[in-house]
Amino acid sequence: MFEYCADPDILSTFEWFSCYLTNGKHLLFYKSFGLVLLLLIITAPLAILLGLLAAVGVKSKIFLLRLFSKAYANIVRGIPDIIFFLFIPITIDQLIEFSRHKIKCPEITDSVWQGSDFIVCSAAKLPLNSDPQWIHDIYGFLLAVLSFAIVYGAFAANTFYGAMNSVPPSQIETGKSFGMSRKQLYLSVIFPQMWRYALPGLSNLWMLLIKSTPLLFLLGIQDVVYWARELGGSKTSIFQYPHPDWRVWYFLSLLVFYLLLTKISELILNRLSKKIYIPI
Amino acid sequence: MKKILYTAILLAFIYVPANADTVRMGTEGAYPPYNFINDNGEIDGFERDLGDELCDRAGLDCEWVQNDWDSIIPNLVSGNYDTIIAGMSITAERDEVIDFTQNYLQPDPSAYITTGDGNKAAYIGVVAAQTATIQASHVAESGAILAEFATPDETISALRNGEVEAVMADKSFLAPIVAESNGGLKFIGGDVYIGGGVGMGIRESDSDLKDTFDAAIDSMKADGSLNTLIEKWFGDEASLF
Amino acid sequence: MICETTLDLYALRSIGIGEKLLPKSDITLCEQFVLIGSGIIWNLYFCIIALCLGFMFAIFTAIIRFNRYKYLSKIIDIYVFIFRGSPLFIQFFCAYEIFVLLPKIGFDINLLFTTVTIETSWLTKAWLGAVFVLFLNTTAYSSEIFYGALKSIPKHDIEAADAFGLSTKRKYRKIIIPTMLRNSWSSYTNEAIFLFHATTLVFFSSFPAWRQSGDALYYASYFADKTFNPFIPYPIIAIYFISITLLIILIFKIINVYFTKHLPKDRKKPIKLFANMVR
Repeated sequence: MFEYCADPDILSTFEWFSCYLTNGKHLLFYKSFGLVLLLLIITAPLAILLGLLAAVGVKSKIFLLRLFSKAYANIVRGIPDIIFFLFIPITIDQLIEFSRHKIKCPEITDSVWQGSDFIVCSAAKLPLNSDPQWIHDIYGFLLAVLSFAIVYGAFAANTFYGAMNSVPPSQIETGKSFGMSRKQLYLSVIFPQMWRYALPGLSNLWMLLIKSTPLLFLLGIQDVVYWARELGGSKTSIFQYPHPDWRVWYFLSLLVFYLLLTKISELILNRLSKKIYIPI
Repeated sequence: MKKILYTAILLAFIYVPANADTVRMGTEGAYPPYNFINDNGEIDGFERDLGDELCDRAGLDCEWVQNDWDSIIPNLVSGNYDTIIAGMSITAERDEVIDFTQNYLQPDPSAYITTGDGNKAAYIGVVAAQTATIQASHVAESGAILAEFATPDETISALRNGEVEAVMADKSFLAPIVAESNGGLKFIGGDVYIGGGVGMGIRESDSDLKDTFDAAIDSMKADGSLNTLIEKWFGDEASLF
Repeated sequence: MICETTLDLYALRSIGIGEKLLPKSDITLCEQFVLIGSGIIWNLYFCIIALCLGFMFAIFTAIIRFNRYKYLSKIIDIYVFIFRGSPLFIQFFCAYEIFVLLPKIGFDINLLFTTVTIETSWLTKAWLGAVFVLFLNTTAYSSEIFYGALKSIPKHDIEAADAFGLSTKRKYRKIIIPTMLRNSWSSYTNEAIFLFHATTLVFFSSFPAWRQSGDALYYASYFADKTFNPFIPYPIIAIYFISITLLIILIFKIINVYFTKHLPKDRKKPIKLFANMVR
């Protein structure tokens, strides 16, 4: 970063730290904070969408849809999120590659599972082997987003279900007496009314989501926890900046980051809930 | 919204290959000098040099992927990358699930280290090892109390903090740590030979790739360039081919 | 049945009783079920101890905050903010690193007939250190739940108690605490479930497993690692967790019935699960 960083062995303490904290590895660490924020911003609307779909599904007239939505909302919440993250991404990945394999290479009749190997033809791989690493990174990230959305969508489903039931029946009756169809009823009465009842639950969900992001590293993503562990570990002189075990400092800085994130979210959400009249 | 969804699904299926010759190399990046993430955030170490040279000789286009140790084999068999080149010892247990190329390092002794003052025999105490390594299995079978950690670095910290009485790991990983500890850490007991040398892990169904790398390793062994690399990263005492 | 021998060997493996070595090859479904189930013992242990201690301290701290003791309630506010505002995962990491750095000393505690030595190094072991972190964590969340419930107790309930001339102690025991618990029971049930789920983080964050004894997730990931097939052990552990979650809900419902048995029918509130998540 700075010109005097060429030979870290002869630097004074201050200069050493200024070089150390701006080396390539640290820049990747700082970027990973952005990754966490990006995950939150993309996952939240997706989880809300899944939650809405499932909540409508629970109230559906079609038996199978109702069963599926109920099973989704209840089973996912009965299992710790960490267990989900350990096998949902690999399941989604294999499902996608399996279907691509069936479509793209119908001529190959061998099973895709041979022993413990999972083999699809090279055209069916996603991303392709020949793709640059950044495409693999984005794909991995999208899998993570999807996994988070699936888990938190189940929580959102329940919030929405509760909120829909809180919409005063008289309003729905009024809508019906106007001759509204089911679809119209949802779009112009239930959904607009429901948000106010759902806001407290959704605020909590957002907090929950923030606090589950350290699990990203389980999904094979180089997130803040990965880099904190990697940077904090003791380094021998094979590295340019040898140092003893500093993990405690890196993790304390993560603690501060998360405290700030939740505090700011809380302030914003409080303002929002003051603006919107929330009936209890 | 629907449109975006359809486009995304469509994109996932119409996406076509450009060139199929890229080989993705999976490594842990936390086991110097075998492999580690250097200060610029790139994968570095003996296996980086070796892998690049092998790919060069085999005419392959190689891409490096970091993956945590505990999921490194599952991610190979499910196709996230094509080889494991992470200081992985060839064992019968692993060989049941994946294939190995010929070894590119001689069977590396494992060793115990302990803190400078202790005179206790390492094998009766509490020994730390990285989860799912041959050393962890060895310690569990030896009758010592095994304490498992996710990364090799954590085992060393645990020893320094007095959590455990000894650490067992590959000797060449421990050697620089002992050398730089100013007498704070020392080897204890003799070398232990477990595992059969270090090789590249490859899916069992991928025998072509295995042959390619075997041939490349052969050519590096023949012209002595492998020995040069070993001496560069592991010092003069390392056993050569 | 073959499974009986496996049950003998591994049912209590997680607490160090039974076969010393874990199965390494030719792993059967039965071994997976038994060992993962054995690991559940740890999850239950973490959850029950942390929950029981946390319950008492949460009531205690909630009352302190309710009464606005100047400095004490400020300190508790900060403590609650730190533990509710950060991920448990990071808390485990930090706590473990700090516990490890503590000087290793032992305190002798004289219990009349025998002396017990309490050592700080116990904190670096999961059985105490992880319980301690989980306890602090659940106390913070429950304290917030109970504090919220205290604030919503109708003024006239308390005034009525005063009018009867109840002493402060009796007022709390007979009126305030029971009302608080009744009003917050659904939220507290959720907290218990979240805490139970959070116990899976212990061996995954920082606490090392000793003698290959760990919780259910430790064994599940052991099997995923040995069989290279995540599609069997993780669904097994999921089944265990769903069943125990249902059990927790049942137990809390029974307690709820006990709490509200004197109320007229229209004022009884069934536990609404996840309706208002406070975690």
